[in-house]
Amino acid sequence: MAEVPIDIAHVSRLARLALTAREAREFSAQLGKLFDYINELQALDVEHVHPTAQVIPLHNVFRDDVVRPSLDHAAALANAPETDGPYFKAPRILE
Amino acid sequence: MTAGHEIRDAVLRHERSALEIADEALARIAAVDPKLNAFVTVTPERARARAREIDAAVARGDNPGLLAGVPVAVKDLFCTAGVRTTCGSKILENFIPPYSATVVERLEAHGAVIVGKTNMDEFAMGSSCENSAFFPTRNPWDPSRVPGGSSGGSASAVGARCVPVALGTDTGGSIREPASFCNVVGVKPTYGRVSRYGMIAFASSLDQAGPMTADVRDAADVLEAIAGHDPMDATSVDVPVPHYASALRDNLSGVRVGIVEEFEHSIAGDAALAQLYAGAYGTLRELGASPVSVCLPHARYGLATYYLIAPAECSSNLARYDGVRYGLRVADGGDVYAMFEKTRAAGFGAEVKRRIILGTYALSSGYYDAYYVRAQKIRTLMKADFDAAFTRCDVIACPAVSCPPFELGAKADPVSMYLMDYFTIPMSLAGIPAMSVPAGYINGLPVGLQIAAPAFEEARMLGVAHAFERATNVVRQRQPVVAADAQGTGAGSRA
Amino acid sequence: MINEEIGAAQRAEFETVIGLEVHVELLTRSKMFCGCRNEFGSPPNTNVCPVCLGMPGSLPVVNRRAVEFLCKTGLALGCDVAPFSKFDRKNYFYPDMPKNYQISQYDMPLTHGGAIALPSGKRVGLTRIHLEEDTGKNIHGGATIAQSQYTLVDYNRAGVPLMEIVSEPEISSPEEAEAYLAELKAVLSYLGVSDVKMHEGSLRCDANVSIRPAGSGELGTKTEVKNLNSFRSVGRAIGYEIARMRESAQAGERIVQETRGWDEARGVTLSMRSKEFAHDYRYFPDPDLVPLTIDSALLERWRTELPELPSAKRERYISTLGLSAYDAELLAADRASAEYFEAVAEFSKSPKEAANWLAGDVRRSLQKHGIELTDTPMKPGQLAALIAMVKEGAVSGKAAKEVCDVLVAGGGDPKAIVAERGLAQTSDASAIGAFVDQAIAANAESVAAYRGGKEKAFEFLVGQVMRVSRGKANVDVARALLKARLG
Repeated sequence: MAEVPIDIAHVSRLARLALTAREAREFSAQLGKLFDYINELQALDVEHVHPTAQVIPLHNVFRDDVVRPSLDHAAALANAPETDGPYFKAPRILE
Repeated sequence: MTAGHEIRDAVLRHERSALEIADEALARIAAVDPKLNAFVTVTPERARARAREIDAAVARGDNPGLLAGVPVAVKDLFCTAGVRTTCGSKILENFIPPYSATVVERLEAHGAVIVGKTNMDEFAMGSSCENSAFFPTRNPWDPSRVPGGSSGGSASAVGARCVPVALGTDTGGSIREPASFCNVVGVKPTYGRVSRYGMIAFASSLDQAGPMTADVRDAADVLEAIAGHDPMDATSVDVPVPHYASALRDNLSGVRVGIVEEFEHSIAGDAALAQLYAGAYGTLRELGASPVSVCLPHARYGLATYYLIAPAECSSNLARYDGVRYGLRVADGGDVYAMFEKTRAAGFGAEVKRRIILGTYALSSGYYDAYYVRAQKIRTLMKADFDAAFTRCDVIACPAVSCPPFELGAKADPVSMYLMDYFTIPMSLAGIPAMSVPAGYINGLPVGLQIAAPAFEEARMLGVAHAFERATNVVRQRQPVVAADAQGTGAGSRA
Repeated sequence: MINEEIGAAQRAEFETVIGLEVHVELLTRSKMFCGCRNEFGSPPNTNVCPVCLGMPGSLPVVNRRAVEFLCKTGLALGCDVAPFSKFDRKNYFYPDMPKNYQISQYDMPLTHGGAIALPSGKRVGLTRIHLEEDTGKNIHGGATIAQSQYTLVDYNRAGVPLMEIVSEPEISSPEEAEAYLAELKAVLSYLGVSDVKMHEGSLRCDANVSIRPAGSGELGTKTEVKNLNSFRSVGRAIGYEIARMRESAQAGERIVQETRGWDEARGVTLSMRSKEFAHDYRYFPDPDLVPLTIDSALLERWRTELPELPSAKRERYISTLGLSAYDAELLAADRASAEYFEAVAEFSKSPKEAANWLAGDVRRSLQKHGIELTDTPMKPGQLAALIAMVKEGAVSGKAAKEVCDVLVAGGGDPKAIVAERGLAQTSDASAIGAFVDQAIAANAESVAAYRGGKEKAFEFLVGQVMRVSRGKANVDVARALLKARLG
């Protein structure tokens, strides 16, 4: 089984996901088999192949610069875990 | 239970009322769902209100549409305004969207009566419905077995005949695999055929909404109702939507059916499976089709390719779940970043976390070219394989799955679960339409035949499936263990 | 490099290298990816929808006009507009980010190259211009940011279209930086693509500053300076930074690459060390959007729609209308000002007079009343009429200033204002002749003094004529008549 090359601590910080040590160990072990398959990809010669950006050949899809009704203010805040007057409220940002 | 098109016809002919039909569907759900847990939320009042509107329209002489009065279950991944939409996750457990997905609006614009939201693997990540944060759904053919995933609830609800129609989504096989497991028809349209607006995103370049139905005719009608350009989705294509029902055929003379060498090789070791599919291809031949051997040389890289691209996109799509604007928040007096980390740790299940980690890694600095870009290049090669194959055949017929439905807990190892997508991933990566239609039984458990077609050739694909369905009548050969009869008077119990 | 920096600084032979990154909010009616109103100052969280709130299932669709505005800006600045361009996701977490990724452009921006030509003649090259979406606004609860216990978020601004303009590191001084911004502001206002109000945040600027030995081709260690709220702050902050770097180098200290915030009140930059957390933005093409292909026919059509640009206008003002370089630059600084001037010049048929008034008294009045040219009720025709009255001699220059101030504050008909305030001036020779005679008669000594050679006495007598006429005599006519009578 392939070694999982992921620095899980670093990646979980990028993803803002607090993993327990146990989760980190488990994921590492579980993803090993997947990397067996993933490593096979390295052998393919893809130098002259373009990456698929889109499976559909569309370009230039636009909307006109027209104002459309926004959400009712109450509806916009209705699912917010915490609000303060008209604002969404979140814990402080430590700079 | 009657099919959707039969219900519609009866409603339009004033033979049955939509309200009566809705009540029966709700009764069936009440009787049977405790054994299946296919539904996360049932919406009886909303359904009845809608049904009354349909009846009023019919009374006025209006035609409410292709799905007039048809009870429909919708995967809990589609936003439904005012109705809880959980995506199978704790992080959205109490989320009530202020808007509906375009496909939901289109279903309702065609007269459908939505009766509830169905269970699913969390954020569409899974092949068994065991990754739902709430409960696993069970297979009506054997409740100790999984219905497949991620659209397991929808498949189970239709398979148990609670409703004739359900909506699912397919990213790597999430409609086709559960359709195979629950003995129903499941269609993944061409990428861009159906709007993704309001569909909670997993992998943006792969996700597609599609019908899961008791028969091919209903799948055709539902697809017609939901397909078409949407100005709210920049990736939806402006191509006319045919009346798919008129493409349904009874024989296949002149149709060249591609049989995929690599796929046949991979099932050769499983005698029962190989025999079932050989029988299916035989039926196609008897209907007049000419089998042609085709190759998909890069299909073997599908798993790795998919499990780099989909997690990469999902790691970005799921970043928005941070406890600020909606959904779960876990805060304990720390700063906002601590809140993000704790909320996401508590709100996401293990499979979702695994894919976020994998996807973040695949996009990260120093690894992006080696993983994400490389995978997108191999995707190009896989699409080219299909383009080449379709110069020699009109449709491809192949396995939908590598096994009949397995027992709950049988595939605890994540990669063994990922392997369930082996036959369905290549079509997703290529963006072409593909579907599963019931093909037979192994040890009394259903197995589906997959049919794929070139982009935007759903009519051709449905036509072939219809002929096969007519000729084999698979669904009528047996009854699921858990099934509601028409009036919802409870499950039969079969040995 | 370090020793060279120190050595050069010690020899005081170093040069400054500055690059500017400017973010401009575009003046579209709706946001970049959704139909919400793009409007500054609305009540919090009222111009929001599932898309710009990043709700589950929402999808972006590109605003056509934002693309047009950026391409026109590119054409005006001589950039190459890319025939193929795309959007990428820039992934990072922050409370003002509805999706925790920003839709931006990474490796295929809409334009490359181009330049901004400063009035001095120097050209500052541009690296690129790209489109992206703005974030919401965080408001920190509590007395100071450091004390804040919570964050309040308003997403009205989230999704507003932003144009990011990156200059080459070719600016050499704080003054040039301000001139660059002034010229950029002029171009953008002429194109009508932004209202370029730094105080409202529709134009934001970060500066990259470094020093290097004079003549060295290499770039020195740079710092990024943020929190610049006006053109003046930009100049001051860059000036401070250069001085700080120079002192550091002379003291033998290494210059650290970092982000520093400008503190307007204290006039210093302070290290924002925490911003150093290396962001790995994990850019990848946004799968919810499709690429842009701008064809040459469309570009040509847009090119024909470009208005006369600031440099051409200044040139025309100087060579055709006879304005000074100073006045030309002032009046052509933004579209409102140029259009106003041109209207006054057209109505009055006196461009130089119009320029004098606008650059002088009108400007002073606006400042006094604390308003902008766009806010004054005075119409160009009204100023033109006043100019005509002065020309005809119907009102003295001094009185006209008073009338001008009244017009700037409240608009109106100059004739009526003159009449109301009794400011009419007479140029009638016989009437003024009578005043002259009166003054002469009453000031025999001064008359004698003047005739005796004292020039100053003449001015005194002119003053007396004006006094007798209660300021209503046309002073030039009075002078002439006085001179004639005195011989």
